[in-house]
Amino acid sequence: MLKITVNDAPQTVPAGTTVEALLGLLGLQPRFLAVELNRRVIPRGEHRQARLADGDQIEIVTLVGGG
Amino acid sequence: MSAVLESLLVLGSHQLSSRLIVGTGKYATFELMQECLAISGSDVITVAVRRERLMDASGRNILDFIDLDRYTILPNTAGCFTADEAVRTARLGREILSSVGNPGASWVKLEVLGDKKTLLPDPVATLEATRELVADGFEVLCYTTDDPITARRLQEAGATSVMPAGSPIGSGQGILNPNNIRICLEYLKENDPNYPVIVDAGVGTASDVAFAMELGCDGVLLNTAIASAQDPKRMAEAMKLACQAGRLASHAGRIPRKLYATASSPETGLISPGVR
Repeated sequence: MLKITVNDAPQTVPAGTTVEALLGLLGLQPRFLAVELNRRVIPRGEHRQARLADGDQIEIVTLVGGG
Repeated sequence: MSAVLESLLVLGSHQLSSRLIVGTGKYATFELMQECLAISGSDVITVAVRRERLMDASGRNILDFIDLDRYTILPNTAGCFTADEAVRTARLGREILSSVGNPGASWVKLEVLGDKKTLLPDPVATLEATRELVADGFEVLCYTTDDPITARRLQEAGATSVMPAGSPIGSGQGILNPNNIRICLEYLKENDPNYPVIVDAGVGTASDVAFAMELGCDGVLLNTAIASAQDPKRMAEAMKLACQAGRLASHAGRIPRKLYATASSPETGLISPGVR
């Protein structure tokens, strides 16, 4: 198992989990999301290949109302 | 419609028919926001980038309420207090807009704030972030103060548009220092009369928008003045008309200010000629 953080909250996921799989585990549709892995954006097209490692810090963001 | 109102606002790779850019924050409902955006006639609407709420059950996303074929989304870096946070936020916004195929993926409204009480920009960090984002291929629209020297620095750093605040964000105080805006306009347009200058922040009501346009600004960006008005839909229409009225007036050329009166009616032919 891997210990990671998602938006600063600790999470445990199986070894070999990809970004795509992580979104699935969290029940999120990737449609309006962007993912940052250790401060680097992972483009949508790379979610399937990008594998997580122990200690990874993930940010998952979306768009909200703003000025 | 007059040629002045038909001329497009060119912001980097974007050509806009409306000179009013409106925000999407603070609306009571997404439906009210939708109506106000339509009434405002804006082509460009701003949004913010925030963490996905992993526990939220409603599942409603603002993008479900925005016609992505009609509007160009301008993502902001609101709430960032360092250049590093702002650059990361800009890249995340670009990733979302690239994924949905919106032309707003090319640009960002850069805000790097200096303090929570005033929400005034940190000019040093804003300049640093502008350089980094321009190098990364962004068209950077810079929120800044009305300081002409900072404005010139941001332009030199490659900002697509410099956007001085009329007054602090959400304060509704209008344009507090029109002379500084005038100097910003003079400096920024010195070598390129078409360089776009947009008043961003502080608008309280329609006359503030008209005034900004009369000064010679190319556009106005606002959010709270519509979203928090007692009747947001009516205010959205007022802002649209004020933007057009101000632009027309700016091009019409106003009369000079004089201390004493000049009669509009003939001074001769009065039934009781007299002198006071």
